Amino acid sequence: MSTTTPVPRGEKSAAFEYLTTRKDEFVGWARKFSLFPYPFVTACCAMEFMSVSSTLYDTDRFGAALPRFTPRQSDLLMVVGTVSHKQAPILRKVYEQMCEPKWVIAFGVCATSGGFYQNYAALPGIDKIIPVDLYIPGCPPRPEMVIDGIMKLQDRIANQRHPIINQDF
Amino acid sequence: MGGNLLDRVQASLGGQALATDMVHGILVLQIAPESLVTLVSHLRQQHGFDLFLDVTAVDWPQRQPRFDVVYHFYSTRDFVRVRVKTRVDEADPTVDTLVPLYGSARYMERECHEMYGIRFRGNDDLRPLLLYEGFVGHPLRKDYPKQKEQPLVPYRNVQP
Repeated sequence: MSTTTPVPRGEKSAAFEYLTTRKDEFVGWARKFSLFPYPFVTACCAMEFMSVSSTLYDTDRFGAALPRFTPRQSDLLMVVGTVSHKQAPILRKVYEQMCEPKWVIAFGVCATSGGFYQNYAALPGIDKIIPVDLYIPGCPPRPEMVIDGIMKLQDRIANQRHPIINQDF
Repeated sequence: MGGNLLDRVQASLGGQALATDMVHGILVLQIAPESLVTLVSHLRQQHGFDLFLDVTAVDWPQRQPRFDVVYHFYSTRDFVRVRVKTRVDEADPTVDTLVPLYGSARYMERECHEMYGIRFRGNDDLRPLLLYEGFVGHPLRKDYPKQKEQPLVPYRNVQP
């Protein structure tokens, strides 16, 4: 049997007092599980967004559950649905209001490329006006595809550089 | 009952309609643009067409005159519809407004104006409704290029 004596309450044992890791890995790990999505929802893909964020598919499991309805408190912009030229200035302003670090998902084929709207009204893909990190095609995309996309984005966040806590801060 | 009413409407028009027809149970009246307001107020006051459903236009690029302006009215008393069509030319696509008869014509004439460039004489508010300020042209005309865009936000330089 073990010969170690039990540690009295309030005193420290020698085991697991600290661990070492890379800073980027640690910050990336923290960030990838605390995505606060801002749903910029304009069209029928909203139904699929509701499905994927509510009980059955439950993006809460990936730490991307709590939608913030102000861009200032969110770090993941989900553009769900068709964006028209008339709406483009609004989307641009929402994106510019978000604080760094921020990521953008184009949810559905309309946000990705305009889809079948190739006409005077529709913006042919939101990447014409804002940078996009991840495209989820589909009309609408299956919830599994959205979850796959979120996980791919999490992988990317975990592996990217996080230039905080440096000589300036 | 609906059929009788449409017969009565047809009979009471006199010489105002250039042509009348029944299409899928809807009375279709082809009229000259000058007689639009008198005919519509006649329909409203004498026959109870109290609901203004829509005004739109049809573009016939090869035809003279080029545009059909198409109105739909509905009688909430007799549950029947009537369609009124009139033709205007590209050089002067003007018809009289129906705002004094139907207040809801304000919005629908705005939409018809921005999409087809039909001018409604007497409607003092023909600002863009679905389009935006600065949009050039009329997108539902057949000669508007299908993929012509007029973006409000300058596009980024996207590398392929």
